[in-house]
Amino acid sequence: MSIPHLEILAIAVVTAAGCSLVGVFLMLRRMAMLSDAISHAILPGIVVAFFFTHDLASPWLMIAAVLTGLLTVVLVETLTRTRRLKEDAAMGLIFPALFSLGIVLITRYAGDIHLDVDAVLLGELAFAPFDRFVVGGADLGPRHLWVMGGVTLLNLLAVTVFFKELKLATFDAGLAASLGLAPAAIHYGLMALVSVTAVGAFDAVGLILVVALMVGPAAAAYLLTDRLGLLLVLAALLGAVAAGLGFALALWLDASIAGGIAVGVGLVFLVVFLVAPGRGFVAVVLRRRRQRWDFAQVMLAIHLIQHEGGPDEDDESRVEHLHGKHVGWTPAFTARVVGGAEKRGLVELDAGRLRLTDPGREAAGRALSGTGS
Amino acid sequence: MSWLGELFTDYTLRTVALGSASLGLVAGALGAFAVLRRQSLLGDAVSHAALPGIVLAFMLTGAKTPLVLVLGAALAGWTASLLVMLIVRTTRIKLDTALGLVLSTFFGLGLLLMSIVQRSAGAGQAGLDRFLFGQAAALVGDDLKTMAALGALVLIVLVMMWKEFKLLSFDPAFAGALGLPVRFIDIVLTTLLVVAIVIGLQTVGVVLMSAMIVAPAAAARQWTDRLGRLVILSGVFGAASGLTGAVLSSLVPRLPTGPTIILVVTTITVVSLFIAPRRGLLTERLRRGRQRRRVRADSVLADLYRLAAQHADPAQAPHAAEALQTMSAQAGVREGLKQLTEQGLVESDPDGLWRLTDAGLARGAELIGGVS
Repeated sequence: MSIPHLEILAIAVVTAAGCSLVGVFLMLRRMAMLSDAISHAILPGIVVAFFFTHDLASPWLMIAAVLTGLLTVVLVETLTRTRRLKEDAAMGLIFPALFSLGIVLITRYAGDIHLDVDAVLLGELAFAPFDRFVVGGADLGPRHLWVMGGVTLLNLLAVTVFFKELKLATFDAGLAASLGLAPAAIHYGLMALVSVTAVGAFDAVGLILVVALMVGPAAAAYLLTDRLGLLLVLAALLGAVAAGLGFALALWLDASIAGGIAVGVGLVFLVVFLVAPGRGFVAVVLRRRRQRWDFAQVMLAIHLIQHEGGPDEDDESRVEHLHGKHVGWTPAFTARVVGGAEKRGLVELDAGRLRLTDPGREAAGRALSGTGS
Repeated sequence: MSWLGELFTDYTLRTVALGSASLGLVAGALGAFAVLRRQSLLGDAVSHAALPGIVLAFMLTGAKTPLVLVLGAALAGWTASLLVMLIVRTTRIKLDTALGLVLSTFFGLGLLLMSIVQRSAGAGQAGLDRFLFGQAAALVGDDLKTMAALGALVLIVLVMMWKEFKLLSFDPAFAGALGLPVRFIDIVLTTLLVVAIVIGLQTVGVVLMSAMIVAPAAAARQWTDRLGRLVILSGVFGAASGLTGAVLSSLVPRLPTGPTIILVVTTITVVSLFIAPRRGLLTERLRRGRQRRRVRADSVLADLYRLAAQHADPAQAPHAAEALQTMSAQAGVREGLKQLTEQGLVESDPDGLWRLTDAGLARGAELIGGVS
């Protein structure tokens, strides 16, 4: 791997880690789509600031973008508070409008400058190594690596220092308020962090990756743990893995790096979604299937115990009478349930008739008394 | 106004206008349901997710036939919406996160594929990237036919399943209790939404098409509480903004179609938010102000009536405004007197003292309700 490739990979990994950290809180607060909204809506801020400064590297562009991001949040909240629109509609109305404004401004008044619509959307990671951070003639590496390194450090610092506050405000805003933790201040602080991260990452990797990296790793990590601390660490790690994987994919296919990394995020999520212990798709399907059989076996035990010792016991306990006549199962289903129940030692088969064992009687009793099986 | 003439004579402009109007109509009508069901952002996910479908359709067939590309887009958008539903249903991940995840990874896949196509197919692919921000000027007769056919199909199904969709939108639990296949209806409605989105992609672009779902419905919602009117009005707003935006961008150089249409429809929504009767923010403020002034005038009148009632001949007992001010907890006594004068309920004599007219006496008695 060449030096520029390593530099791109470093930028991608650092950006992924920084985005994941704030992304976890967005997800937990059910505001994940704000990453989409903010990263689109900052465009007019950047464009307007550029009209004043005529310098793409000016820090004013960053400042204007962050302010526009916060403005978006405030606008969405204000509009929601009028109760004329629901929050999702307010968001869906405001950010496309701001983004459109940005695009129109660029194409109409800044067509000749280097503020390319495609680059904004898709990112130009491939060119990132050409943009150097030079101080006093010394080349200190790619500029984006410094910017995103700074942003990620800022996020790490904020999340560590305000861990308790963020945790409480996220999970129980009411309690946070009553303890004097000012959830509103925490909320806007977090929004400012999201905006800063979005602006830095937007410039480095394009806006679609901002969304992918804020949402994807956090979602994948959420399927693996219940602990907030671990969630943050896992999200940052998975984000870095996704960035590496996606970069490799893009190199292999000789294709868009931003696209590759977004796909990498999707792949990492897909794997976790499928195999996560306990919460993954496979685990959930297996558990639901097992529960279905468990339930059917207990139903069988209950059916038998209802008629045990009664005048119709002989009739009711015949296997071939279970389907159709009495319980309404299909023959194949009945066979599997009886087989399973036999294996678990709940029933015994004796000349075509089912007899409850003591454990079977206990299981039925537990289910009937409502203490579970 | 010369463009109005051109609209009927210029083939390109007519195609553009008709296409944009029909995309707005269909997106607006279906968007009404999305907004009601709080699925506004689903449109965002579906439209972004359509990109890989478009590129794949092109890669597999090598053709840029509108129907093929639209079908590819619809298939990808549909898959994305089902994935979102699957993730939400089987894991503890919430809708917003599932939307963001599916949106960004599908779009990323689209970018990845597009960069491959751009590298390998050379000039053949020209025009695929117009799906990003839309290009109304590139609409041709074939596109228009595809859009019209699919749009008509969507609207016909919408009318046929009107009752089911209505029930699903307002009370899905009740629909289930009635024995309706709620999940199936949900999938049909989502499918219609996907089709409504993809027929607009070429004109508005995948990035901004979601706004065509949300904004017309958000505007229409301010004007009515009835579903039928909401859907029709939303379609009309959508069509009007599609038409205006597309024509504007065709006539003004360097004005991209998608963003222009979005800015037009957002303007309609913002105006509606302020001036719609009853729900409008400005309308409400005006109504509140009127109400406050009426209450104030009434209270001044009541005070004057109470003072007058102390006298043997109420109509002939003038009182100073200052006396009324001491009785009133709120400011604006003189303002109230001015209003009452305009209504002919009070009059002032040359000394600046106030007395009730006959009409004022009657109104005062009515207000006090015999309590005095």
